[in-house]
Amino acid sequence: MASLWFWIVAAMVATYVVLDGFDLGAGAIYLMAAKTNDERRRVLRAIGPVWDGNEVWLLAAGGTLYFAFPQLYASSFSGFYLPLTIVLWLLMLRAIGIEFRSHIENQVWQDFFDVVFSVSSILLAVFFGAALGNVVRGVPLDATGYFFEPLWTDFKLSPQTGILDWYTVLIGVMALVTLTAHGSYYVALKTDADLSRRARGFALLCWPLQFFLTFSALVATYFIRPDIMANYGKHKIGLLVPIVVVASLAVMLWANPKGKEKLAFVASSLYIAFLLVGAAFALYPVVLPARDHQYDLTIYNTAAGNHGLSVGFVWWTFAAVLAVAYFVFVYRMFRGKVQLGEGHY
Amino acid sequence: MESALLIHRIHFAFTATFHYLFPQLTMGLALLIVVLKTIGLWRNDPVYHEAARFWGRIFGINFVLGVVTGIPMEFQFGTNWSHFSRFAGGVIGQTLAMEGMFAFFLESAFLGLFLYGEKRLSPKAHWLSAVAVFVGSWLSGYFIIATDAFMQHPVGYFTAADGSLQLASFWDFVLNPWAGWQYAHNMSGAAITGAFIMTAVGALYLLSGKWTAYARIFVKTGVITGCVFSVLQIFPTGDRQGKMVTDLQPVTLAAMEGLFQGQAEAPLLIVGQPNVQQGKIDNPIEVPGVLSILTYRRWNANVRGLNAFPKQDWPDNIPLLYYSYHIMVGLGTFFIIIMVVAMFLLWRGRLFNAKWMLWVLMLAAPFPYIANTAGWMTAELGRQPWLVYGLMRTENGYSTAVSAGNGMFTLLGFMGMYTVLGILGLFLLRREIEHGPAAVQDSAPNLHPAMQAR
Repeated sequence: MASLWFWIVAAMVATYVVLDGFDLGAGAIYLMAAKTNDERRRVLRAIGPVWDGNEVWLLAAGGTLYFAFPQLYASSFSGFYLPLTIVLWLLMLRAIGIEFRSHIENQVWQDFFDVVFSVSSILLAVFFGAALGNVVRGVPLDATGYFFEPLWTDFKLSPQTGILDWYTVLIGVMALVTLTAHGSYYVALKTDADLSRRARGFALLCWPLQFFLTFSALVATYFIRPDIMANYGKHKIGLLVPIVVVASLAVMLWANPKGKEKLAFVASSLYIAFLLVGAAFALYPVVLPARDHQYDLTIYNTAAGNHGLSVGFVWWTFAAVLAVAYFVFVYRMFRGKVQLGEGHY
Repeated sequence: MESALLIHRIHFAFTATFHYLFPQLTMGLALLIVVLKTIGLWRNDPVYHEAARFWGRIFGINFVLGVVTGIPMEFQFGTNWSHFSRFAGGVIGQTLAMEGMFAFFLESAFLGLFLYGEKRLSPKAHWLSAVAVFVGSWLSGYFIIATDAFMQHPVGYFTAADGSLQLASFWDFVLNPWAGWQYAHNMSGAAITGAFIMTAVGALYLLSGKWTAYARIFVKTGVITGCVFSVLQIFPTGDRQGKMVTDLQPVTLAAMEGLFQGQAEAPLLIVGQPNVQQGKIDNPIEVPGVLSILTYRRWNANVRGLNAFPKQDWPDNIPLLYYSYHIMVGLGTFFIIIMVVAMFLLWRGRLFNAKWMLWVLMLAAPFPYIANTAGWMTAELGRQPWLVYGLMRTENGYSTAVSAGNGMFTLLGFMGMYTVLGILGLFLLRREIEHGPAAVQDSAPNLHPAMQAR
């Protein structure tokens, strides 16, 4: 039962990153790709009806994590106290950047919220990447099952690690580049003319960086945690991950210049989802590795009671079917290239 | 260590109090917007549709602020109260996860459709999206109340070998009797906030002679709703909630009422200042015997005072608890009086011209916020010194890994952030109110093609 919940939470996190990832990416290119007020409104219109729903995947994943692995939730949220709180502030700024800009037709007001939206999106992407980096690298858990990380210590992998060190910053930059490309494909898909062309240009620019960072991150991960590939050796199905990741990188490179934005966006989504699933696959059954592996938090020592997990599976399945139905409905409702001249933003 | 506990308590209290300023209006307005949309659809009246659109804009601003201040609440269980999460997460994780899975998805998906999709949807589908937002927000309220109810009156759990609480019976937990009355009481409170705000905006428009057709709708809808829920707030919901506290948290009742010495024919204290040091009330004005009737339905029933309980089980801030409770009850009584008088004038057809009453209705707008806040403070201060009643004390629940200094850093950050959010929110709301509803012919292009054809 705990294994099932491990994969459910991993899938929810991956869904969040794929969905809200394009909002963040759109925010990252927003100031440079969208130059006129019309273009900026188009970008906001493209993500406006969906960003809040996308963000709910983070809340739902957090709630589900709390429910299924209360001890993991308790240790990781208090240990990552500072970066999580900063993420909360950035999420607030991103939200008001999107929602409050359009209320007043005033250059100064709109310029201000444009910068708020874009900068908070960029920092969120970096922080999410660094968070993933921390989870892969391991944290200074001790016998109490708790830890606390300052934002940084010496940027090396010393025993008292900080949230940011050279490895997690590398993953943070990789996340920023990946999500920037992802958001660019989305903006290219949802808009037309110059804006769409510029977004494709950004994606094209990101590709070599993305390619380079993917392999650097892989090498760096192997360097700091040589044991991380063990699961791939044991279960051959894991080899699907590198195959899909490489294939989707190739598809992105091929589809983008040909103007097949939809295909490129799908490939980018698969790339992100499989990278995250690949990380989860490597960690399983550990949910939060300790620097000293005897204190690892695993699905076995953090899961809630069996009865709770079984009952939860019933309502979770029901709710997840409903949630997917809403998403399909909303995305269909707002399908196609955005048009100005109606409603908000 | 003592100061870290205090910081974490203030951290949660501050962020929760500020957050709840928004959902109470969200939940109240969601109900009222459904009412406006339903009448609009029923009578095919574009004025009601535009009225719903106007309140939708206010709802949208308020909703954003509710969402951004709400996310930290879910995170804080882990960040600031990790020992509590570890202890009780096996049970309350259920309702917190359900809130995300059932309520947030529903709300967020349909709010976009409600606010931006009117042109793309048929009038019935647009009405349905308003209903979905209403259901989502009221469902969300239930999951939070059920979580709080477990902390007030834990049921449906067992203690596992490692000392943590685990779910024993899903239905016992979700249908906690405490949750039922608290939910009714809380939602009625939210409806009062929505009704008072709608009425106040209508009264403002009538007094300034603008948008009078809309203003009449706002005042009428607000006063009828406000009257119904003000009454429900006291009876039965408030009364039953009080009875539950009497039975399950008798020491809390004694502290709320300022009853230091237990007695038969216990008086109801109207005014007075609790003097905890000397164990008495200064300057009391009281009505003899009424507390006995309210709690045990008998004139001569013996009500236990604080002296009947060991001092370490007393709520740790008796004066604040006492004042919160008295402010809540006092304002609740005041709401009934205003709304019944307004209802009478409405029925006689004199309300829209009764300037003095419109002034009262306009100036009453902030008070439901105070009453709802005081109500939550009564519930949560009354639960002290327990985090989970009878099972875990507050001092054992906070994150010991997070130092007081780091706690203060984020507390100050939240205070700064929320000050900015509050100012921005007020500024934008004021602007919407100043702009008012659109003239009906202006809004025609926003209607669904099917409506335009008519």
